[in-house]
Amino acid sequence: MGRYLIRRLLQTVVILLVISAITFFLFWATPANPALLICGKDCNTETVAQVNATYGFDDPLIVQYGTYMQGLLSPGGRTIGSEGSERECPWPCFGESYQNGIPVWDSISDAFPATLWLATGAAVLWLFFGVMLGLIAALRKGKLIDKLSVGIALFGVSFPTIVFGYLLLFLFIVKLQWIPFPDTANAALFTVGPVKWLQFYILPWITLALVFAALYTRLTRANMIDTMNEDYIRTARAKGLSERTVVFKHGLRSALTPIVTIFGLDLGGLLGGAVITEQIFSITGLGKLAIDSVLGNDLPAIMGVVLFAAIFVVVANIVVDVLYAFIDPRVRLS
Amino acid sequence: MTESVATAATPARETGRPFLELKDLQVHFPTDDGLVKAVNGLSFTLERGKTLGIVGESGSGKSVSSLAIMGLHKGSRAKVGGEIWLDGAELVSMSVAEIRRLRGQQVAMIFQDPLSAMHPFYRVGDQLTEAYLVHNSVSKAVAKRRAIDLLDRVGIPAPNKRFDDYPHQFSGGMRQRAMIAMALMCDPALLIADEPTTALDVTVQAQILDLMMDLQKEFNSAIVIITHDLGVVAQMTQDVVVMYGGRVVEQGNVRDIFYRPEMPYTWGLLGSIPRVNRGGDHRLKSIRGTPPSLINLPKGCPFQPRCDYQEHVEGHSCVSELPELLQVDTGGHRVRCHIDHLQRERLFTEQIKPSL
Repeated sequence: MGRYLIRRLLQTVVILLVISAITFFLFWATPANPALLICGKDCNTETVAQVNATYGFDDPLIVQYGTYMQGLLSPGGRTIGSEGSERECPWPCFGESYQNGIPVWDSISDAFPATLWLATGAAVLWLFFGVMLGLIAALRKGKLIDKLSVGIALFGVSFPTIVFGYLLLFLFIVKLQWIPFPDTANAALFTVGPVKWLQFYILPWITLALVFAALYTRLTRANMIDTMNEDYIRTARAKGLSERTVVFKHGLRSALTPIVTIFGLDLGGLLGGAVITEQIFSITGLGKLAIDSVLGNDLPAIMGVVLFAAIFVVVANIVVDVLYAFIDPRVRLS
Repeated sequence: MTESVATAATPARETGRPFLELKDLQVHFPTDDGLVKAVNGLSFTLERGKTLGIVGESGSGKSVSSLAIMGLHKGSRAKVGGEIWLDGAELVSMSVAEIRRLRGQQVAMIFQDPLSAMHPFYRVGDQLTEAYLVHNSVSKAVAKRRAIDLLDRVGIPAPNKRFDDYPHQFSGGMRQRAMIAMALMCDPALLIADEPTTALDVTVQAQILDLMMDLQKEFNSAIVIITHDLGVVAQMTQDVVVMYGGRVVEQGNVRDIFYRPEMPYTWGLLGSIPRVNRGGDHRLKSIRGTPPSLINLPKGCPFQPRCDYQEHVEGHSCVSELPELLQVDTGGHRVRCHIDHLQRERLFTEQIKPSL
């Protein structure tokens, strides 16, 4: 187990290095010219050359990549800026934004709580409703409620998030005015209190959860129907156990196992930012940061967002694998 | 122990009724393709301490009948007709809640393929104690002691260690033993064994059968053993029911079936047993054709399309008339065949017996 974890963590480092290299060189393969962006309106050849020298854009790409990675790999971080105006950039140093000079790590730290609230809140919603609807549908297979659940699920899967989100926003915020217009200040639970916080997040949660809830409904239903046809369910009934014990202890336990895997990966992916939902409801999370940095040709920010999101995906993978070994005794980690 | 558990949970026993009696059991499944007539009129009786064998090919209705005794078709789309009397209580009309009290306690089942019949995520020991805890108000420790005791009785080495193992950590033979232990947890008066040795090699098979007979003597339980292995039938049973296409085609005591069989299908079954004492030039015999579809059963005798003895029938049509299951002697030997009784005896002694 310990050895397994160490091996998986080492693999993680390699994966992240590969991702960083791909992101870095892909950026420079585009016709982007960050120097023009940095020097601003009154650019001339002189100022561009000066910017290039300050930021090291004249150096070979491999050297630039090495410099950048030094901030992440050496525990002391690195120094940024030209001679005379050097600044310490402590670990983990993703550099400073080309757009506004703010250290990227600070932007990520600021944006992450909003994304964390958004993703976990939506995850609770979709897990609860998805599994519940799927379970009811499976147990009442062929009945009206089953057909209704399958219908809702089909609707949820096929309704584009961007349309659904704006519809919710229009209906509840603009038309009915049940919920105040989103104010990013209300994203912080501990400063505004739970009521404003809930009002801020409820629509984004529903928007984000819809597609996932629909998928989980279908998945739970299919797994549960399969499981209830297993021989060991017949054995459980033959023992004289109550139907509730048969369904929840013997059936659901098996049916939910694959869902744990998918849930871990879905949540891990969303912790890196929910681009569309954050955009619709003006949530200043990682998804918004990602869009802004891409549109602004802001390499340090792009690197930061990509690597930060990648860490969640990779770690979620490990967590799921370890968890699986606890759930299914037939799986042994080695 | 056996008696106290059995009598506490069962209703007062009607006088004169056998311990287990099936009367004209019917199990039909409505499907999109039509009505699957899996069992059509199965009747037999069984007393405590005795063993009955149900033989037949796959799809002849053996397992479906046994599930009907457990009431496991309740809640599914299956239509169950006829009567099942167990110790004075009628099971077909019984509610699920009532029959649930009998399951695992009065009637227990040993399923085939214990790898899929045991829950992969729970420890073997916990799966054993589960039924015991439901039917008896005892502490977990008592149930655990009982489970370890039974695991020991069925011959699992180091049972107190093995209690905490998962099914996949057991070998095939051990899983089957654990399955038997699981069925015996509440001292069931009726034990239904569905192909208990099919997946096992011959040595283990013999051990398991010996074990079942020992335990039967000890607990005085009635056993219904479902199999297509006539060797198992010969070793274990007193009475035999031969099923074909969801119908009983011949039934009687084990001597009738093996020494005086009268139905051509039974002849075919006996003829297809591999024999070691036969010369090496003999090919393994089989019954030509395939079992009938249970949706479109032949109008006449279900075995007619595969029967080689139809020219001996006089005055009946095998194609259009279903032969009745008729008594052939003063014992319980019944046969469903249009061929005349004396003619069948002659055919068996002249044509079949010499080649067995």
